[in-house]
Amino acid sequence: MNILRLFVRPKSASTARERLQVLLAHERASVGGNDLVAILRDEILAVISKHVKVDDNKVYVKLERGAQVSTLEVDVQIPFDTNRRAA
Amino acid sequence: MGKAIVVTSGKGGVGKTTTTAALGAALAQRDEKVVVVDFDVGLRNLDLVMGAERRVVYDLINVIQGEAKLQQALIRDKRLENLYLLPASQTRDKDKLTPEGVEEVITALKKNFDWVICDSPAGIERGPTMAMRHADIAIVVTNPEVSSVRDSDRIIGLLDAKTVKAERGERVEKHLLLTRYDPARAECGDMLQVDDVLEILSIPLLGIIPESMDVLRASNLGTPVTLADKHSETAQAYFEAARRLTGEAVPITIPSDRRGFFGKFFGRKAA
Repeated sequence: MNILRLFVRPKSASTARERLQVLLAHERASVGGNDLVAILRDEILAVISKHVKVDDNKVYVKLERGAQVSTLEVDVQIPFDTNRRAA
Repeated sequence: MGKAIVVTSGKGGVGKTTTTAALGAALAQRDEKVVVVDFDVGLRNLDLVMGAERRVVYDLINVIQGEAKLQQALIRDKRLENLYLLPASQTRDKDKLTPEGVEEVITALKKNFDWVICDSPAGIERGPTMAMRHADIAIVVTNPEVSSVRDSDRIIGLLDAKTVKAERGERVEKHLLLTRYDPARAECGDMLQVDDVLEILSIPLLGIIPESMDVLRASNLGTPVTLADKHSETAQAYFEAARRLTGEAVPITIPSDRRGFFGKFFGRKAA
C-alpha cells in the first residue's frame, strides 16, 4: 500500500460540489421548459432552412455547458447552389 | 387551524419516515396536537416505525373512498396522548389518492390538529405530488451526497410549481433537514459540508441530524427516535428542529467529530 496516497489524495467533497453546481444550473433551466440553448438551436436551424435546403446529415450541433456560460456551436454545411447566388 | 407539513426528498432512503415520526413525537411532547399521515400507498412503513403496525384497521384510502370515517382510521399513540397516526393503505391502488379526497382529509385534519405531518413517498409521481399538494411548510430531507442533493433540487422545483400555495401565487415555506451527516468524513473532505449543501439548494436550514445507530435502534423498537432515547444526539437534534418549526430561534449545532486522538487513531467513536 502506498502510504503517500493518504496524504495526497484529493478531496472528493469539492469535486462533488462542483459537479452538482454545473449539473443543477443546467437542470434548473431545462426542467421549466425554457432551455434557452435548445430553443436557440431549433430557431437558428429553422431560419437557415427557410432560405437554403439543409441536409440533416450536414448539421453539427455541439453544446458545452459550464457553470457560468454555455457555448453553442452550430456547424451547418450549405450546399453550393447556382440558383441561389447573391444578387 | 393547524399547519400542514410535507416531509419530502425525491430520493428514497434518506430519512423521511424517521423524520416524520421523530418530529411528530417531538412536537407532541411539547403539548402540540399532532397527526402523522403516511402517503406511501402500497409501501407503508410509518406504522412500523411508530410501533402501531398491529393496530391498523382503516387507512387513508378507506377514508377517501368513504368506507370509513376519519375518526375510525386515526390511531392514537400509546405513549403520547397528543399524537395520532393516519396509516396508508398497503393493498390498494395509489390512483385512489384523488386530489379532492386528499384535500378533504387534510382540511379536516387541519381543523382538529395543530400539526399535520405528511410522510411523502420517494419519487416525483402521484404519491409525492399528492403529499405536497396542500402543504403550508415543506421539510426537504437531504443526505450530504450528490444524488440526494440533485433530487432535493428537483423536489424544491416541484414545491414552487405544483402545490396549491404555488398555484395561488403564494410560497410554501421550505426548510432543509440535513440527515445522516458524518462530521468525521465532512472534516476530512470526503463528504459535502453543511455550507456546500446550503449554498447549492439555497433554502433555510431546519437542522442537522448526525449519522447514528440511534435511528436503527429506534426503528427496531418501533419507537420514534425522540421517544426511544431522549438524550441521544439524534433525538436532541430533532427536538431542536421541532422548536425551530414552532418559531423559536434556536442556534444550529453542527455535529462535530467527537473522537479524541486515540479514537481517531483507532477509528472508534469515544462517545
